[in-house]
Amino acid sequence: MSGSALCLASFVPLNSLVASEGDKPKIFSPSVFIKIDTDGIVTIVVHRSEMGQGVRTALPMIVAEELEVDWRKIKIEQAEGDPKYGDQITGGSTSVRKSWDPLRIAGATAREMLIAAAAARWNVKPSDCKAENGYVVNKLNNKKVGYGDLVEEASKLPVPQNVKLKDPKDYKIIGKKLHRTDSPDKIYGKAKFGIDIVLPGMVYAAVGRSPAFGATVKNYDDSVTKSLKGILDVKKVSTGVAVFAESTWQAFKGVENLSVEWNLGPSANVNSDTINNKLKEYLKTDGDLVEIKGNPDDAEEKNYRTLEAIYEAPFQAHAPMEPMNCTAKFENNKVEVWAPTQSPQEAREAVIKTFGLNEEDVVVYVTLMGGGFGRRTNPDFVVEAVELSKAVGKPVKVTWTREDDIKHDRYRPVSMHKLKGSVDKNNKLYSFSHHVIAPSIAVQNWGAKLTPKQYDTLGGAIEKDYIIPNYKITASIVDIPVPIWYWRSVYHSQNPFAAECFIDELAHAAGRDPYEFRMELLPDDSRMKAVLKTAAEKAGWGKKLPPGKGMGIAAFAGYDSFSAQVAEVTVTESKEIIVDKITCAVDCGIVINPDIVEQQMDSGIAFALTAALKGEITIRDGSVVESNFDDFPMLQFSEMPVVETHIMQNTYRVGGLGEVAVGPCAPAVGNAIFAATGKRLRKLPFRL
Amino acid sequence: MPKYSIFVNGKTKTVEVENGTPLLWVLRDNLNLIGTKFGCGIGICGSCTVLIDGKAEKSCSVSIESVEGKSITTIEGLAENRNNPLLKAWIEVEVSQCGYCQPGQILAAAALLNENPNPSDKEIEEAMNEVLCRCGTYNRIKKAIKKVVAEK
Repeated sequence: MSGSALCLASFVPLNSLVASEGDKPKIFSPSVFIKIDTDGIVTIVVHRSEMGQGVRTALPMIVAEELEVDWRKIKIEQAEGDPKYGDQITGGSTSVRKSWDPLRIAGATAREMLIAAAAARWNVKPSDCKAENGYVVNKLNNKKVGYGDLVEEASKLPVPQNVKLKDPKDYKIIGKKLHRTDSPDKIYGKAKFGIDIVLPGMVYAAVGRSPAFGATVKNYDDSVTKSLKGILDVKKVSTGVAVFAESTWQAFKGVENLSVEWNLGPSANVNSDTINNKLKEYLKTDGDLVEIKGNPDDAEEKNYRTLEAIYEAPFQAHAPMEPMNCTAKFENNKVEVWAPTQSPQEAREAVIKTFGLNEEDVVVYVTLMGGGFGRRTNPDFVVEAVELSKAVGKPVKVTWTREDDIKHDRYRPVSMHKLKGSVDKNNKLYSFSHHVIAPSIAVQNWGAKLTPKQYDTLGGAIEKDYIIPNYKITASIVDIPVPIWYWRSVYHSQNPFAAECFIDELAHAAGRDPYEFRMELLPDDSRMKAVLKTAAEKAGWGKKLPPGKGMGIAAFAGYDSFSAQVAEVTVTESKEIIVDKITCAVDCGIVINPDIVEQQMDSGIAFALTAALKGEITIRDGSVVESNFDDFPMLQFSEMPVVETHIMQNTYRVGGLGEVAVGPCAPAVGNAIFAATGKRLRKLPFRL
Repeated sequence: MPKYSIFVNGKTKTVEVENGTPLLWVLRDNLNLIGTKFGCGIGICGSCTVLIDGKAEKSCSVSIESVEGKSITTIEGLAENRNNPLLKAWIEVEVSQCGYCQPGQILAAAALLNENPNPSDKEIEEAMNEVLCRCGTYNRIKKAIKKVVAEK
């Protein structure tokens, strides 16, 4: 399939495409996800955002399977932000698992209507017909009619309810390693990301941003900036001082030459130490009780071997390769936005609310994204672009520098974890307690009133499949002045790190093999047990390794999926940690496209390793110290381990994937470092 | 503003930009060659990699006046030949995820193979360490490069 066949009509309002001429419908569109024209061209509308995870392939595959069309002939169109699509947030590994039912139903409904239309034309029963490759076939005489020829008749039929979905054993598209529809354009340099949007009459903008969280502009001197070539205007805006120019580079230079005086506000004294000390205070408390089973506190009385440990994870920035940007046109109280957004509905609502506009006057077109990792679910950058366009009275593309991106991110929260556990006289796990100390994204951003069981900080903390005789989860929500936000797997990147490393500690304390120790805690029908077993077997768990090398294992349940990873590491004499290989087993239920599953495992592992081995975000004087890839480094080519992914084959309901590989990676590596060196590292990023 | 003549993808282009403007922004904002990406602006991430006289260079850190008279190839130039073995391998191996860094990755690989048609793993690593990918496509990039080498 050529890239051009998959043109993305992201800039054409959908309604104009379904316009009919006279009484004759030109497009058969029984749902918002499907449009079939009289030439038989099938357009599938993708309502989630493409940020690398392959939704422009996986979602159409689901529709195409039920619709019975020729995969090579479909067109793909990106939906704008509109409530008519239902949930559109690309986050929480939900794109496929939450679209699975609506998209299958949409495909099957259209298929049944096309069959009904053909059956009526031939005066036979629908059961005498079948759909195949974009045609309805009369099984009695093998006559066939293309979907395009049925547009008019099918459009007049009532939309049926409770259509029959295909049996997975009959799948022809789902489960195949089909090539991604978005790849060719990305490889030819033709793909349009947010940063590539150019509008007629557009100006380029950059913003001089605050030096501390919550700082506001006191006054500014733009005389030098205005003396530069290509500078069109300078304006004070909510996020700082905006420079409008004839090119991105001139806008950047204009900002560099501004002289701004700031009101620093109440956060100017905040440092990493003050935040860490605040978290540490909670180590002395019991925390709010979330879940308790048996008696997790009597192990010492029983003279069982008990352990206690503190684990820590720092702030992390998202740093997608495409820096934040947005293009907006504010004209006559109408707004059009071209945004690399993971949440076009929220972006649209934020614009409507911030500028007091009518709902029908705001359109948010979704562009490709050079990564997102949760950052682009926040509408801040979209609202800013609209404000800039309104301020200058022209269409504006605002581009954030990498420094803006890292210093003005909303960060993966910092966390501390107090773990306590014990093993009985038979060297079996007796008790396990986890006290999660972290700021809450929901509380900080929305003032959410949560009961302990609802704390968002617990993601991945509650053991899903392990059967632990005595067990306790407690949590403390810490109020901090650093903006925090969702980050690929967020709390699932922290809690499982602490828990899966601590289980390893308990296994070693019991003198047991960490893999066997875990297997014993899992019931036979556990999906987590199955992935653990697969990862261990495929990795050759237990094989003898030369000195300086070690193997570590960790298991994970989350996002309706399961994964286990075995890490093999080398620790050099200069104490460098090299991750040689990750053997990954994943169970995501029904697999849509195994090649994309493998990509998502590679991607989650690279993301997790960057956070586990490379940098962290630190705070000084109310501001982020790190600014670019020199002081906030990313995993490089030579640091990528061999990744071997094994996908479990089953027919469980489809699970998430985008974040599943992140959770087990850091603990597997931490456990491998222990195996190689005997040193237990309890703080991310790992430093020997 | 001064005028500069540069030779991009086999064609001479004249642009009027300030002295010191990085080639990256000339390509993107003046010539609409959007395949060259902005990533860090300090010559670390390599998303803006182009070929200058056949060598991989980070266009965010190369000023317009320094490339006058030199031959520049961007991903659009490379993609004029859809049978380019690197592009074909990239599609066959299905390297891309978000795709943002891939033009830079492909041009870095092209420069490597221009200079060294049969690179060792270590040589591939050294060359490709110049371009960052947040999606972890590194192993597939390695596979695609090796495929091109093997099929030569």
